[in-house]
Amino acid sequence: MSEAQEFKYIGQRTIRPDGFDKVTGRATYGADLTLPGMIWGKTLRSPHAHAKILSIDTSKAEAHPDVMSVATFKDFVSLQSESVAGTEDAAGVLDVARNCLADDKVLYHGHAIAAIAARTESAAKDALALIDVKYELLPAVMDVEDAMKEDSSVLHDDMFTAGYDEKPSKASNIATRVEMKMGDVEAGFAEADVIVEREFRTPTAHQGYIEPHACTVTYDENGQSMVWCCTQGHFDVRTLTAKVLGMELGKLKVIASEIGGGFGGKTVIYQEPVALVLSKKSGRPVKMVMDRDEVFIATGPTSAAKLKAKVGVKKDGTITAMQGWMAYEAGAFKGSPMVPGVMTMFTPYDCPNVLVEGFDVVVNKSKVAAYRAPGAPQAEYAAEMVVNELAELLGMDPIDLRLKNAAKEGTQTIYGPKLKRVGLVECLEAAKNSPHYLSPLPEGQGRGLASGFWFNIGGQSSVSVNMNPDGTGTIVEGSPDIGGSRASMQMMAAEVLQIEPKNLKPIIADTENLPYSQGTGGSRTTFATGMAVIEASEKVVAQVKERAAAVWNVTAEQVEYADGVARNTAGEDSMTLAEVCKNAEKTGGQISGNANINARGAGPSFAVHICDVAVDKETGKVDVTRYTAIQDAGKAIHPGYVEGQLQGGAVQGIGWALNEEYVFNADGVMENPGFLDYRIPLASDLPMIETITVEVPNAFHPYGVRGVGETGIIPPLGAVGYAVGNAIDRKVEELPCSPPRVLALIQNG
Amino acid sequence: MAKSHVTTSINGQPQEFLCEPGDTLLDVLRNDLNLTGTKEGCGSGDCGACSVTLNGRLVCSCLVLGVEVEGAEVGTIEGVSTGDGLHVIQEKFLEHAALQCGICTPGLIVSAKALLEENPNPTEEEARYYLAGNLCRCTGYDKIIKAVMDSAETLRGVA
Repeated sequence: MSEAQEFKYIGQRTIRPDGFDKVTGRATYGADLTLPGMIWGKTLRSPHAHAKILSIDTSKAEAHPDVMSVATFKDFVSLQSESVAGTEDAAGVLDVARNCLADDKVLYHGHAIAAIAARTESAAKDALALIDVKYELLPAVMDVEDAMKEDSSVLHDDMFTAGYDEKPSKASNIATRVEMKMGDVEAGFAEADVIVEREFRTPTAHQGYIEPHACTVTYDENGQSMVWCCTQGHFDVRTLTAKVLGMELGKLKVIASEIGGGFGGKTVIYQEPVALVLSKKSGRPVKMVMDRDEVFIATGPTSAAKLKAKVGVKKDGTITAMQGWMAYEAGAFKGSPMVPGVMTMFTPYDCPNVLVEGFDVVVNKSKVAAYRAPGAPQAEYAAEMVVNELAELLGMDPIDLRLKNAAKEGTQTIYGPKLKRVGLVECLEAAKNSPHYLSPLPEGQGRGLASGFWFNIGGQSSVSVNMNPDGTGTIVEGSPDIGGSRASMQMMAAEVLQIEPKNLKPIIADTENLPYSQGTGGSRTTFATGMAVIEASEKVVAQVKERAAAVWNVTAEQVEYADGVARNTAGEDSMTLAEVCKNAEKTGGQISGNANINARGAGPSFAVHICDVAVDKETGKVDVTRYTAIQDAGKAIHPGYVEGQLQGGAVQGIGWALNEEYVFNADGVMENPGFLDYRIPLASDLPMIETITVEVPNAFHPYGVRGVGETGIIPPLGAVGYAVGNAIDRKVEELPCSPPRVLALIQNG
Repeated sequence: MAKSHVTTSINGQPQEFLCEPGDTLLDVLRNDLNLTGTKEGCGSGDCGACSVTLNGRLVCSCLVLGVEVEGAEVGTIEGVSTGDGLHVIQEKFLEHAALQCGICTPGLIVSAKALLEENPNPTEEEARYYLAGNLCRCTGYDKIIKAVMDSAETLRGVA
């Protein structure tokens, strides 16, 4: 696309089409579906962080009159016949199944062991006490240091570290080691005038969506089943659930309910296959809804991490070498977002000499799930803190230091490709000229700044645009809408069809109504599903031209389409879109366009955040007094919802930096599984979040979209962390900057 | 255990229901009366997604027992828009893009309405503290506060 396109509808602040149901309470979320004859399922969870399961006796529960069915791992029959030492994929499915219901070991406090379905939710909950589980306790491994020790208690005796030339002889908690490098860091550090090296820690933190995981399912005598659930990707729920239960995809229909927040945490399955087992065994529809403590102990979270960053710089501000090391907790099963951490850590900088080493480490905590730019906030936090310290040591403005080294078009990344056109420089310049940065820091406060980088992804999206005989239409898409994406689909289709957005109704179809569509994640929906919407709409326009051409007895090439009207360039005729649709019956049948694409060319989104804080020196409490988020959107389809993504990401990052962390006791039991003690930001904790949306178009999207969902959570960790250190004149290394930790820093130096 | 019979009023309509002694008002609203606009986010009074009014006072319906609403007036999100259109607060939430996923929205609108009935002219700080019991994980609250402040202004103009 060319820069500075003119748009008729794109860029307006339209009212989202699903909004009316959401402000009136009519919208139906995961827990809101009730079916005739429905019963309730509840899950028995491990009180221990690490133990062998010696036996599970469900006989008393099964005999109870209220209990309709019981499920344990043994019910995942097809998996037991599948070889454990099979393909990578099979092992992955087995891990998913073992996370849904424990096999021979419990691997974290909260690990599901069995489930019961009963007439009421409270009866199901009460009956859980009738299940008798015998354990042999094992030492709990609760952080990467412990887990990486030679003599550590091992979670999986069949796991050998991948990433070394020779397969290790001993099982380990280190699932994978990855190294990425370019240039020569030793030579780079030798050129440097100043080098800073520090070690950092980030806590286990949860996505914190307000809606607990929930599903309602049916399983009929013919093996046809239905899952209604809150998910970011219902096609992926179908794939995973079908694999765990050994079902054909065609027998499992998954309907995405409205979703009450996901942030990456609703891209996996927990209750869905369990509920189907309970339904199959009872012959009843089954609803399962997690309690809030279950959400904390058994879903999400993101990886706690230990990181090291070392950066060398010349006196003039030229960065000569960057080196990183990181160990990410995966939770009970391998698969932390360590790799994207390695990839993103230093990508905001154009430096020829980079080396990053990463470890994916299992510990006795719940299996991590994706969380907004998974893996990047931790790694980039370490990098940004060190870059800020270097700016201070050089006496250089931190924005100038970044501008001198900023990644731009042509910058070589550590993970392979060179960057295409990106907007980091524009974001840094916008930050420098922002009202916030131009304002002096109030006396006694601290200021911090950080940049952030995330790739964004494309992937598979399927869309159908169906026109009605009156010229209105339906946009059928397969990407669950978490933050207003239906509004942007409506606007993109309207832009192509040149009719009012409100005449097009976007709906999220179930898995039987469209081909596979990847979930909403990776900031992909407005980009990739948007591309499919545009392509499908263009096919509608092509058909409209053909139909009009047929009526006028000219070729389709002789028909022009603009402002919702087809015009005969070889004559005086014209027909509105509505007229062509009304006539469709007589010109060859109804009009629709579809596009099933695998979108390439996702555009990275860079951000820069500025944060001011005030620290109460007596209590260590930190207040964010001013905050500005600047980010390159490529093109903001709906500016209001783009700002919302910037603000929401910033505030999740502020929570991560200031207060949010899992607290475990010595036995590995989580002690704060509720919103009172796991404190996410409240309205009263925050100022307004100022935003600046930069638009450097992504050449691979017809309208320039990059995707904005994730990058916003990356810079807050460094911006807030550095601001706190600046306010108290200390070096912050460990997050969160909660009152006790800040107070200790103030008192102990 | 025997169920209790409760006579109450919900959104101005008389309502009777049977409930277990341990059922919360939230359980009754959602599971027995099918008023699922009131959401459950925590069940412990920490998130505000289940906010309703009880005799005009803002409460978390997960902290009220069903049997406690005998003879009371309960107000839920389903009663906020009456007649032929949205309430001003609902309109302003849409106009300001003050919701993303929308799960906290019913509770926030019920709370915002209670705020503006108590205090038609709140400062930003007063609004932030009044709504501190309603967690939103998506928006960072910025647009919610703007929508509430704009609602206050509009409602004062109307009055």
